[in-house]
Amino acid sequence: MSPSTSPSPESAVLIIPNIRAEIERAENMLLAAMSAHGYPDAARFAVRLALEESIVNAFRHGHKGLPADTPVRIEFTVWRDHVDLSIEDQGPGFKPADVPDPTLDENLERPTGRGLLLMRAYMARVEYVGRGNRVEMTYRRPPQTAGKPAA
Amino acid sequence: MATGSSRLRVKHERDITQVEFVDRNILDEANIQQIGEEIASLIDASPSPKLLINFSSVDHLSSAALGTLITINNKMKARKGQLRLANIDPQIYEVFKITKLDRLFSIHDNAEAAIASFT
Repeated sequence: MSPSTSPSPESAVLIIPNIRAEIERAENMLLAAMSAHGYPDAARFAVRLALEESIVNAFRHGHKGLPADTPVRIEFTVWRDHVDLSIEDQGPGFKPADVPDPTLDENLERPTGRGLLLMRAYMARVEYVGRGNRVEMTYRRPPQTAGKPAA
Repeated sequence: MATGSSRLRVKHERDITQVEFVDRNILDEANIQQIGEEIASLIDASPSPKLLINFSSVDHLSSAALGTLITINNKMKARKGQLRLANIDPQIYEVFKITKLDRLFSIHDNAEAAIASFT
């Protein structure tokens, strides 16, 4: 699809197991849809990072104690000016407030706990819904690139 | 040179060990774990390690990779070694800034500057 044809929103629903190739397939589908809508490299970097972090959190933390083949559900819609995505695991839920601030001096040398920080830094909205097992995120295209085709 | 299925390219020059990544994307947890183990072995091999990690080939990394870098940094501190990072892509440097890890690591524009900073 050419970015110059103002494509209609592109959506997908994927159910994926914790297999690297499947995670990359989901990421590549989303990145391809963003490219088709003319999102710049920085936007694709940001969304890929947020998706990666949320998927890893879902499998590592959400599915802790569940069978290894328990899948997560990924949904995304790429619009002209924003991207909606959600990642739902089958775990008991997550309370973001329980995650200590990794940027505090006393936590700087802790090797974990930065995924949520990065998701919040790059996304306009990060919200845990349901019992805390589904994260919904929105990326907003910076105004100066709205509607422009990819370089 | 990378040997076997190593995730690293390693170069020893004088007393400095330089490391580059084979992978452009440091996202896969198994790879990240292997990278951590390989670098830990390099640190253990020197009585006073001086380690330069060169990010010139890296396009993406995740918080799991940052975690491994922190573990490496902690190990280097325990060994009283010196760790330097160099050639970090601006988008990835932003990740270090967001997480405030730019304060924890000694980050240099290029390998030459990093090498010059070893004492």
